[in-house]
Amino acid sequence: MGLAYTYYPGCSVGATSVWYDRSLRAVAKALDVELHELEDWNCCGATAYMSVRELQSFCISSRNLALAEPLGRDLVTPCNACFVVLHKANRYFHDDPNVREKVNKALAAAGLHYNGTVRVRHALDPLVNDVGLDTMTEHVKRSLGGLKVAAYYGCQLVRPDTGLDSKDYPVILDQLLASLGAEPVDWAMKARCCGASLIVSREDVARDLIGDILQSAADAGAEAIATLCPMCHINLETQMTRINSERGTNFDFPVLFFTQLMGVALGVPDAELGLDKGFIDPRPVLERRVTEVPVR
Amino acid sequence: MGVCIMYAPAITEGFLAEVSSLPGGERITQCIQCGSCSGSCPTAAWMDHSPRQLFALIRCGMRDEVLASNTPWTCASCYTCYVRCPKEIKITDVMYALKRIAIKEGTAKPETKPARVMAEVFEKLVNKYGRNSERDLMQQLYLRGTGLGRLIRDMPTGMKLLRLGRMAAFGRDKVSRKGLQQMKQILDAVDKMQGL
Repeated sequence: MGLAYTYYPGCSVGATSVWYDRSLRAVAKALDVELHELEDWNCCGATAYMSVRELQSFCISSRNLALAEPLGRDLVTPCNACFVVLHKANRYFHDDPNVREKVNKALAAAGLHYNGTVRVRHALDPLVNDVGLDTMTEHVKRSLGGLKVAAYYGCQLVRPDTGLDSKDYPVILDQLLASLGAEPVDWAMKARCCGASLIVSREDVARDLIGDILQSAADAGAEAIATLCPMCHINLETQMTRINSERGTNFDFPVLFFTQLMGVALGVPDAELGLDKGFIDPRPVLERRVTEVPVR
Repeated sequence: MGVCIMYAPAITEGFLAEVSSLPGGERITQCIQCGSCSGSCPTAAWMDHSPRQLFALIRCGMRDEVLASNTPWTCASCYTCYVRCPKEIKITDVMYALKRIAIKEGTAKPETKPARVMAEVFEKLVNKYGRNSERDLMQQLYLRGTGLGRLIRDMPTGMKLLRLGRMAAFGRDKVSRKGLQQMKQILDAVDKMQGL
């Protein structure tokens, strides 16, 4: 296929979301997509940094863009927080001459320069839009067998203005999972906020939001939740027990990165997907649903 | 704006102009108080002032009340208000700008300390190592922001992450020496500028 991208993993994949990174790399390999990790990338600063140090955040984010530019490929990140910050730095650089001038002045101090030509994309985007869902289906070795999955997008994939999908009711992850044989459930909270880092600063607020998201998934009959953001993922995963005791609920969703589910369908060995590394083991649910697809 | 008369002593002349001149604040005078922001906001129930109320206060010149409000610190950056505002006000950016003034002037309420400490620790870790570490971030927060009670409550989750191999007990990821040097040069250059 010859698809190749510059890959910006982001800091979370070095720790809590390590299996997002590994499963994404395994899936890319299975689909013949090249991911070349950006050498010596630095943290984008995420929202915590950007919100209090705007120009600094644009400038350190732009170091990554400047490093990626000569490589001539789209810059792909699996993290919503990285995506929103890198995308925003890139867009403001493009739209605002003042930002452009100051960013390049700061980069020049480090012997770098950015022309503004890099396209920043979330990893889901090229998998759906460049590889394509038909090709995806052709690569399916094990159908997800009608798995009732709640595709959870969070906020910073489709908002504020990434143009990737509907800002209120995105569907591309649902379509991707459907192309692998799953039956994504129709649910109201798919792009509602999980509270992100409020889990640190206002855990009561975040837990309330997360509880409503889990309830919505349960009401829709979901058996598992698919995520595409390390922050969403850890919030949904780690707060379930506490929410159950606070609300008297019995949520027990396996929370999986969408790339882990893709890996299952594309025949990637379980050991490369970290299916046993979640808070709730997804394998019983998967074993009930997943069916081998006859070789075409 | 009859309401403003009641608070006349609290009014700061020019506050609306000040906020309008902030990055993202350009369109704030266009606000029609429709409340789409507050209705869309998932965290408005926990805010001292809903986003719509905060904009009304800004327009009235209630500087002290706005800068002491927990509202910007309760914003989760979900951008729902931002994309729904019929006047295309970059509401999330305005919240960030208000945070920056509140930090600079030390006007934020004590209850917002964990959010402020998080931003500060995040910035320090990134500037020092070039990459963030969730473990180091949380350690600093327990010590300085949230208190040790929280550490004790979070312990089972932390242990589970360690056991699952999703958090390292020691060591951390960082960028190369050359990369750190570049980041320092970039940040030093920004320090010499007047912001945006």
